[in-house]
Amino acid sequence: MAATDTVSTDRTPPSRGFGATERIQRARRAEAAFVGLGIVVTSVGAVTLMALLGGLLSDGWARLTPEFFGNFPSRRATQAGILAAWVGSLLVVLVCAFVAVPVGVAAGVYLEEYARRNWITDVIEINVNNLAGVPSIVYGLLALGVLVYGLGLGQSVATAGLTLALLILPIVIVATRESVRAVPYSIREAAYGVGATKWQVTSHHVLPYASPGISTGVIIGLSRALGETAPLVMIGALSFIAFLPTPPVRDSFPYISFQWLLDPFTVMPIQMFNWVSRPDPAFQANAAAAGLVLLVMTLAMNGFAIWFRIRMRSKIKW
Amino acid sequence: MPTVLNIVSPMDALPPPKMEGVDVKVFYGAKQALFDVSLPVRNRSVTAMIGPSGCGKSTFLRCLNRMNDVILGARVEGAITLDGQNVYDKTVDVVQLRARVGMVFQKPNPFPKSIYDNVAYGPRIHGLSANKAELDGIVETSLKKAGLWKEVADRLDQPGTGLSGGQQQRLCIARAIAVSPEVILMDEPCSALDPIATAIIEELIDELRQNFTIAIVTHSMQQAARVSQYTAFFHLGYLVEYGETRQIFTNPKEARTQAYITGRFG
Ligand SMILES: Nc1ncnc2c1ncn2[C@@H]1O[C@H](COP(=O)(O)OP(=O)(O)OP(=O)(O)O)[C@@H](O)[C@H]1O
Ligand SMILES: [Mg+2]
Repeated sequence: MAATDTVSTDRTPPSRGFGATERIQRARRAEAAFVGLGIVVTSVGAVTLMALLGGLLSDGWARLTPEFFGNFPSRRATQAGILAAWVGSLLVVLVCAFVAVPVGVAAGVYLEEYARRNWITDVIEINVNNLAGVPSIVYGLLALGVLVYGLGLGQSVATAGLTLALLILPIVIVATRESVRAVPYSIREAAYGVGATKWQVTSHHVLPYASPGISTGVIIGLSRALGETAPLVMIGALSFIAFLPTPPVRDSFPYISFQWLLDPFTVMPIQMFNWVSRPDPAFQANAAAAGLVLLVMTLAMNGFAIWFRIRMRSKIKW
Repeated sequence: MPTVLNIVSPMDALPPPKMEGVDVKVFYGAKQALFDVSLPVRNRSVTAMIGPSGCGKSTFLRCLNRMNDVILGARVEGAITLDGQNVYDKTVDVVQLRARVGMVFQKPNPFPKSIYDNVAYGPRIHGLSANKAELDGIVETSLKKAGLWKEVADRLDQPGTGLSGGQQQRLCIARAIAVSPEVILMDEPCSALDPIATAIIEELIDELRQNFTIAIVTHSMQQAARVSQYTAFFHLGYLVEYGETRQIFTNPKEARTQAYITGRFG
């Protein structure tokens, strides 16, 4: 009894020195193993991207001439170009952004700042999250029924833009909600405290401070839209177009025209797919070159997003 | 008639209430946080609210400028008056009320904008200045009143969040002052600050009472004793005792007040 008492009360630790114990060494080895694994898996991604880029470059580099950007598709591989495709992609993404950004941001802000918490908002929330996981071809099907035939928009730039807008809406909404939620409540209180209305709190503070995050979500969404193929095939994008949409400016009143919205179109990925599926290897080079251009367009968009984020962040000093 | 003339209580010398809570009850959902609190906030003086954590000090304070409105499920009964007008009346615009009853929070919460823009925000949204020069003037006087001007005059375009904690809190005070409120509410304004910054703010509060009516929540009995003229002691959602600070701290009427200020609970 007395012996156990002295043992349990004697809490002075033995002298430990400074060397790593067996236990610490084991922890170190586990860490080293994880770092090694990390390097391997990270390089898988990087190497794949490099290989892809290398392959595209070696196949398609020679085709990247000014004519390639200025020519319509052609039966002869060396004369074929991506004019209709890149203009189409640009217009479609433009329409998509024009619709998805205001609608998505407004919906996200409304859900986060204004909507009451009840079962209806819960249902909406679940729906929005699930929509992000719906296969894109299903959006194509919806667009075919509602936009092409229902609203009679036909197989047009507008239809494509609206379809892709629907597709990326959940991404924009979720990014907006998360960025808005990340703005500290104390900032809202501060603004209310000097007599700001809810809308002033939202538009002067919450939205600007959330904008770096929102813009990241928007760009991720738009990059996705730029590369989407399936839903556009579904609504009937043409793969051989030898004309440009109607120019948006006219020389007579009212000087601007929206006819281009209803014109048929093609986009980069569809043009690529069309070329890849031809037996003539010369067309494969065209596809590789078009792939490069698409990649650069996506990277440029991401670069813009990063620049915008840095610019906004430098204005907002937490 | 003679009875009226004969009643000369010491209360007659006190400043009139600028704001007053009358039988204020507050509920958060089903939970009642305040029970029939009646309490004046006297004109151009500092009223301190003390009491153990969770007793409803912040809740009462936030009724005074209807900051509870934005809390989901919060409900207020009874009346809160400002110059005799019930601020929970339908005719009272909550935005206008908050311009007249400003607030400083526990944690300094400057906007992630420049020092200038922080102070100028209120005047801008309320259209208090006709031009840039006038706005500059408001920003300067507000920062001066908040005792911050000397430290920031040469870096008004720097972010407000880059200041020290104590400076940030004075910036928040300047931001509140800039809309020329009549009442300033402060919820533990020094709890995130070191003793030196606290002393500066306490001095500032003492100066501000020349022009503003101040209600302050504090956990520090010493602070309440130092800065306030009137003290209200809350316990478990009830107002236990209200009186002149000197009387509360030297000669409390209630046993619970006595126990709290001598540190026996809380
Ligand atoms: N938003 C809220 N929702 C639900 N209950 C709340 C809310 N805010 C406060 N309460 C409750 O109301 C009671 C009073 O809270 P209050 O914040 O007013 O206390 P306090 O005196 O300011 O305390 P402290 O000194 O800790 O700040 C507490 O029991 C608290 O749990
Ligand atoms: Mg509190």
